[in-house]
Amino acid sequence: MLRKPIEGEKKVFMTGNEVVAWAALAAGAEIMYGYPITPQNEIMHYWTRLAPRFGRKFLQTEDELSAGFTTLGGVLSGVKAFTATAGPGNTLMQEPMSMAEMMRIPSVVIIQQRGGPSTATVIYSQQEVTMTCFGGNGEGLRVVYSTASHQELFDYTIKAFNTAWKYRFPTFVLGDGYQAKMREPLEIYDPELRGIQLVDPEPYVVRPGIIGIDREAAHLRNTYNTEEELYEVISGHIRDYEAVAGEIEEYETWAIEDAEIVVVSHGVVSRAARMAVEELRASGIAAGYFRPITLRPFPVKHLREIADRVKELLVVESAYGQLQKLVQIAIYGSNASISGHLKPGVGVTAAEIVAKVTELRHGKDKGGIRK
Amino acid sequence: MNSLAQMPRCWRLASKPHKFCPGCGHGLALKALGIAIDELNIQNKVVFGCDIGCSLLAWDFFDVDTVQTHHGRTTPVIAGIKRARPEVIGIAYMGDGGGYAIGSQHLVNAASRNEKITVILINNTNYGMTGGQMAPTTLLGQKTETTPYGRTVEEAGFPTQGPEMVKAIAGENAYVARGTVANVRQLKRFFLRALEHQIAGKGFSFIEVLSSCPTNWRTNARDTWKFLEEEMTKYFKVGEIGVTAAEKEVAACPE
Repeated sequence: MLRKPIEGEKKVFMTGNEVVAWAALAAGAEIMYGYPITPQNEIMHYWTRLAPRFGRKFLQTEDELSAGFTTLGGVLSGVKAFTATAGPGNTLMQEPMSMAEMMRIPSVVIIQQRGGPSTATVIYSQQEVTMTCFGGNGEGLRVVYSTASHQELFDYTIKAFNTAWKYRFPTFVLGDGYQAKMREPLEIYDPELRGIQLVDPEPYVVRPGIIGIDREAAHLRNTYNTEEELYEVISGHIRDYEAVAGEIEEYETWAIEDAEIVVVSHGVVSRAARMAVEELRASGIAAGYFRPITLRPFPVKHLREIADRVKELLVVESAYGQLQKLVQIAIYGSNASISGHLKPGVGVTAAEIVAKVTELRHGKDKGGIRK
Repeated sequence: MNSLAQMPRCWRLASKPHKFCPGCGHGLALKALGIAIDELNIQNKVVFGCDIGCSLLAWDFFDVDTVQTHHGRTTPVIAGIKRARPEVIGIAYMGDGGGYAIGSQHLVNAASRNEKITVILINNTNYGMTGGQMAPTTLLGQKTETTPYGRTVEEAGFPTQGPEMVKAIAGENAYVARGTVANVRQLKRFFLRALEHQIAGKGFSFIEVLSSCPTNWRTNARDTWKFLEEEMTKYFKVGEIGVTAAEKEVAACPE
């Protein structure tokens, strides 16, 4: 049986869903549990074709509740397990992820966002930000990577398994329908050849040894008798989360040093934002670019430093202010004003962003949220 | 009542006396299960999953690896473990709500996929922990907090006959039985057969356990046993359901 799915490095031209399947193999995922929903289906299609060649497994469950909970079972048993979903499936996935959050189960979920609310469109949006970051009946102690390219889908899917197992918080890779379905060039690689040490999983149950002689039986629960007992456990999780948040946070900037207006965006929208900022710079406007790669934990400190220096932030997203809320919370109290270019469920072009920034510079647009 | 004298070796002494209400059937069911685990000598291989509802009080009941899950989701958690680590012996333990209402899709699909796990479902004809509301198993005419004038077919349909349903879905792949805490020796045998079925890799096994809830039934000891042994068994037939005729053991068989 072949174990190494990728030898060395390879230039490829693939859809995002295919990239995710290869990345999960490269990361050492042993089993995928899944339920069909567009636009993430091809992750399962590729996984079910590739997995048997590398001794990996798959289970098609009855719904996303089951896909999420069987994934938790796989993780508890000590293997790298993952699932993928979208839209209303993501809604159902919040229940198992609440359990993962509370019980510190290192589950990995790939989300390819589609239009919401409810079932809505099956293609594209950035409307699953709030749900993916904070969707459970908990405190949102998760890690959410928002990818902007196929290369990042590959890199961050591998990273998601390491992050999950290192810190033991549920970890999401937040893509979208465009990333899922379009094809673009990237390099896939054996992570070890690039010095990426894969974090080994460990069993939570059925550890080696004999109960009562060389190990205790595991008693895993997320039920507590008193509010104080719950408070104590959650407080510990929050401390752990806050202690590592700085290590986990990632962001990308460009032309930020002397910027007067900074365009803030995430995911594929940031590709348009980057192009717009380049055009604005070429026409002499001091625009800058900021992209949070981790939406949870949000790179608060870094964005705040920028907000303290610039006059204005323009948040651009394919949602009605889901990223904007994160930005507002992050920079609360700073002097920069915030405007939004918010287009729930549809894509954003560089030309629109250029036009919006130009309008703002001329004071024609009084909309958005200003402090 | 046909009792078993000794305490199972795999019971966790530190959590005894247990947390169930006086007169609750869970302790008896868990005792029968504990003895079955002892007899098969599988303490180190078992993962015991419990649901939300009264069954969650079993989260530290045994000295076996245990995971308490969400309401209705114990079956997929145990199925997920078993799929990843087939050498594990997976036991999903739940109430009638967890198996027949909120988790029914998981029970149906685990049975139809022939997941090689053992599901144990405690039927006490009501939702105990939440305060005695109607369950899928509430008998016709039975009063609960949400059927204060008695369950009717018009409003709530017929009580779910789970083992019969599972048998219809899973067919010859599954071991299916209905036991009762009024006969723990027989119940233990059903558990043994179910676990042996799993260990042999044959497939799904499912046991419904008729159990008592004097707190919510508001019954004294005599009426509790009368309801369990006389009323419940009229509708819920005790015995092995999912085995061939030659293997079949009926509830009334002598000890």
